[in-house]
Amino acid sequence: MYRYDELDQAFVEQRVAEFRDQTRRFLAGELSEEQFRPLRLRNGLYIQRHAPMLRIAIPYGLLATAQLRALADITRRYDRGYGHFTTRQNLQLNWPELARVPDILAELATVQMHCIQTSGNCVRNVTADHLAGIAPDEVDDPRPYCEIVRQWATLHPEFTYLPRKFKIAITGSPEDRAASEVHDIGLQLRRGADGGIGFTVRVGGGLGRAPMIGQVICEFLPLADLLAYLEAILRVYNRHGRRDNIHKARIKVLVKALGAARFGSEVEAEWHAGRGAAPSLPAAEIERVRACFRPQPYAQLADLDVTGGREVRFQAWYRYNTRPHKVPGYRAVFVALKAHGSIPGDMTAAQMEAVAALADRVSFGLVRTTHTQNLLLADVPQRELHSVWRELDALGLALPNIGTLTDLIACPGLDFCSLANAGTHAVVRDLQQRFDDLDYLYDLGELEIKMSGCMNACGHHHVGHIGILGVDKHGEEWYQISLGGSANGFTALGEVIGPSVPQREVAATIERIVERYRALRTEDERFIDTVRRVGIAPFAASAYAAHPAAA
Amino acid sequence: MRHILRRREWVADDWRYLGEEAAGAEALIVPLAELRQDPARWRTRPGRLGVRLGPADRVEELAPELPALALVAVEFPNPGDGRGYSSGRLLRTRYAFAGELRALGAGVRQDQVFLLARCGFDALELAAGEDPVAACRALDRYDVAYQPGAALLPLRYRQSAP
Repeated sequence: MYRYDELDQAFVEQRVAEFRDQTRRFLAGELSEEQFRPLRLRNGLYIQRHAPMLRIAIPYGLLATAQLRALADITRRYDRGYGHFTTRQNLQLNWPELARVPDILAELATVQMHCIQTSGNCVRNVTADHLAGIAPDEVDDPRPYCEIVRQWATLHPEFTYLPRKFKIAITGSPEDRAASEVHDIGLQLRRGADGGIGFTVRVGGGLGRAPMIGQVICEFLPLADLLAYLEAILRVYNRHGRRDNIHKARIKVLVKALGAARFGSEVEAEWHAGRGAAPSLPAAEIERVRACFRPQPYAQLADLDVTGGREVRFQAWYRYNTRPHKVPGYRAVFVALKAHGSIPGDMTAAQMEAVAALADRVSFGLVRTTHTQNLLLADVPQRELHSVWRELDALGLALPNIGTLTDLIACPGLDFCSLANAGTHAVVRDLQQRFDDLDYLYDLGELEIKMSGCMNACGHHHVGHIGILGVDKHGEEWYQISLGGSANGFTALGEVIGPSVPQREVAATIERIVERYRALRTEDERFIDTVRRVGIAPFAASAYAAHPAAA
Repeated sequence: MRHILRRREWVADDWRYLGEEAAGAEALIVPLAELRQDPARWRTRPGRLGVRLGPADRVEELAPELPALALVAVEFPNPGDGRGYSSGRLLRTRYAFAGELRALGAGVRQDQVFLLARCGFDALELAAGEDPVAACRALDRYDVAYQPGAALLPLRYRQSAP
């Protein structure tokens, strides 16, 4: 993984000193709340419903075990002994004390971590495919380019006060596990005719209000031009993006207003005009960063029959919670943060420490976070899988439900977030209880539920096979359900099936929808494929059949 | 008497904005719209000429006038409005403007001056109530930077600027 050099370390330490001074001035009354707000946001600090919320950056989801241990330690000493992994591969603390946040940042800096630009109207954490570097279908490892973009975006003098937040994702595989098409900029790695690395560039994707799928403005951008081209996009956006209405300030609104073709030609013109002053990306710098992401020193191993003669529970875990690895004899293992009875993405300090120890033993001392709010041990020898399963099982981190209905994504919701209209936790609990039978989940097969507590869509509800959006209805929490969304390689936005339903009805409504699927599906047809084939009408008809309360 | 922070020095402002008293001031800053309306009138006026850009004004429109200008002042109406950073950077890099580049407005506070200097602003007309000593100190909050930028600050870079 990337290791800080002296320059990176000096930068984060100077950032901590700056924020310590800003916090001091705020607490001394020298900065008003309005003046402090953009400063604290750019350091990941929100003032939330119960307490401040601190969002710690995990660049492209990669953590060394020393970092995971430090996070565990911080949650214990500064918070309530747990953290929440988010859909942007970051970690949120829900209960830090404002006055102690500079100390948290100082501790993070000692393990090469920070909270820089995890919120605010600036370039956010760059995200990537959680199988980067090990996926058999990968063109190239996206993480070196994520790191290069991260550094370029960090305290960029021109682009730190954009019209609105700005999210960049890079994927190295045709199966877009980074959901790059719903980012402000989505970069898909390609090989050019000469074998050189480049990117297909999409802009203007985004969820939230008026969701949009990103549109291609450059089919193949050579790697050496990456930063100059990003700079051109950001400059066009910074100058021309709307600032009069927060709901129309994302780049997607500008792209839609101009049309992708015209937006693309503006970027092209800016790129050519700005070349002389744009940051270059010398081959030596690419090589320096790439060298941090070399393949692990894998042993020469053969693929094994791992499950033969083993427990049925282990076989299910192997099937659902592990993934192929491009190196023979290895496998990627999900650490499931979706145990029934838990909050998706929540993890205790003790669990973090135990997973760190496990990763040290079997996965080269590295852990990844996924945008589906699980962790991943990327490089586990197959011969270790059974013992890894036993350890994870003992920790409550081995429920074999990855990719099934209860491996659902949910934002923190009204319980923690001051933006939310409705809670997510009660609905999650209802779904976990109603769909507690694993055989039933396996029969339903691959099915993604994504839930957000408001239209800001942190839970990506638009791109869930089943999307759930919390709405406030005369002070009560109701939920709007959509079907047919998808973000993996075939990006589509879900369609709302009809009126919202009250909280107590959500799980039953979803059960009627999946029952309808069981009746409609052809052999082996996935839920999403049935929805695409028959449309949402048959599901809508069934969903409301039994509860007049929704009227 | 208005003071500005010019290259780390807190100095009396020798410029006047159009409409301020002292109509016969030697150094005068006029809004872009005024200049565009009657360029000859302002160009032929004795003394130094500067122009004031609003956040939505396009530097491209200013380009033909730049050779006659000794100063460009860019407005930052609040800290969140970042358009002026692009204006400044374009003036310095694309149009090679070498005169005084001034930032003014409620958005020019000590927590912004580092970025402003990096974009080429060498004169800071601080927001009301800002402490010039603190603002001057804030120029030195960082001694490293990831991106190329104006050479006003003694920063370390991983790569030399292009």
